[in-house]
Amino acid sequence: MKKNKMIRMISPVSFIMLLSSCVQVKNFQKNKLNDAEMGLSNRKVEKSELNFQSYREGASGANGGKTGGGCGCN
Amino acid sequence: MKKICLTVIGLYLLLLNAFSQSVKPDSVKVATKVAEEVYVEKPLQLEETNIVSSYYQQNGNHSAVTGGIGTEKVTDLSNGIELKFTGSNLTGHKYSLITGLGFDHHTAASSAYVNKTGASKTGGNRVYPSISYSVENKNGTTVGVGAYYSGEYNYHSFALDADYAHKIGGGGELSTKVSAYFDKVKLIYPSELIPAPTTTNVTTVTSASGRTSYGGEHEKAAIPSSLRNTYTGSVTYSQIINKTLQASVSLDGVAQNGYLSLPFHRVYLSDGSVHVENLPGSRYKLPIGFRLNYFMGDKIILRSYYRYYKDDWGITAHTASLEIPYKITSFFSVSPFYRFYQQTASRYFAPYETHTANDQYYSSNYAYSAFKSSYYGVGIHLSPPGGIWKSHLSSMDIRYGHYTQTTDLNSNIITFAFQFK
Repeated sequence: MKKNKMIRMISPVSFIMLLSSCVQVKNFQKNKLNDAEMGLSNRKVEKSELNFQSYREGASGANGGKTGGGCGCN
Repeated sequence: MKKICLTVIGLYLLLLNAFSQSVKPDSVKVATKVAEEVYVEKPLQLEETNIVSSYYQQNGNHSAVTGGIGTEKVTDLSNGIELKFTGSNLTGHKYSLITGLGFDHHTAASSAYVNKTGASKTGGNRVYPSISYSVENKNGTTVGVGAYYSGEYNYHSFALDADYAHKIGGGGELSTKVSAYFDKVKLIYPSELIPAPTTTNVTTVTSASGRTSYGGEHEKAAIPSSLRNTYTGSVTYSQIINKTLQASVSLDGVAQNGYLSLPFHRVYLSDGSVHVENLPGSRYKLPIGFRLNYFMGDKIILRSYYRYYKDDWGITAHTASLEIPYKITSFFSVSPFYRFYQQTASRYFAPYETHTANDQYYSSNYAYSAFKSSYYGVGIHLSPPGGIWKSHLSSMDIRYGHYTQTTDLNSNIITFAFQFK
């Protein structure tokens, strides 16, 4: 049980460290990364569904959406 | 579920390891350095306008207004407009001002039963203006602030936020954000549970609209309110891994305090007595999310997301989603998606007539129950060069989704998003 907890804590840290080891892609090579559907955030068309999910579910946050507050939800 | 959680994280690590590039020597970096940019002064001017409209319809049979039983039928029509202004100066600073205004109209069948007779108002409106301003310097550092308001007849919220983002060499970006919501909940109780007035010669009446008026000396008195505050700190690190793959990790820390119940939620105890929902005065949430987006070949994109969530009310949740935009042409794509969600119950939740008089906190709101949900649907994205029909309409999105919970709640949502340039 303790081992699992430790792995759960270490894994995100390893993830961040691994990400930081990657290198820069030149601007002219970013045509695919700059595609509207490759963005690392929610698109405007997803805003309403994120709202209703935060009302109907106990969890929220870590997705660029609401974390609570601003309405009669959790 | 823990194994699934660890497996997903492990897969992320393996994928990143497989795709990451090696660092080029410094000499190559110098050889490829481009000439310094020339900066142009440009006053703030309208760059784009976004209009988003959606229609949401829901059915279910576990409304918290009626203590975990009864209709959850809801409709919501939401419309929002956002104007983005950008500008720059000779020192290489880029400015961005975003103003927004949203308007929702909703109906909730269960609201009728705030009054025991079923005569309360079932519809309402919400208005939410917003403004944010940010500056990015030539080194890739962005600083921004924002202010937001949301108002409906029984709930008002004012929020402020500040954010800081810095581009890191090697295609990374670290961003942080702090936000604070200051909310006011109007204490509209179920008609049979309105507290007795403390002064004499006062009569309390709850109208069909759910509003309460006081006779006698309190004729003009307003319905009292309670405060609810939410503070959030977020850290996000995103990284370009290669020409077709990028990922991010986000960690939020959320603290809430104040009146976290809703006054019109009933709870029926096992002895048959009825009470107003009573939840603790504080809540702490800790969600962490991972995104990994991959452009596979020339036509397919994989958008994946996983979130682990835990709070001090006893809820642990896992969310995983995958969306696969398929490019029929370079400016037209179709995107099927699927999202799975699972949570454990809050220790303060129990169904209708299950809580006992010994419970200090109690709720029959099924958002705090144990359940699984599925959300699936399809979206289309259209963004032809030169605009749609050669107009200022530069892109259009339509997205439909169907949502089901194991609590028997189900809903449908359709959203239209238009961008004008």
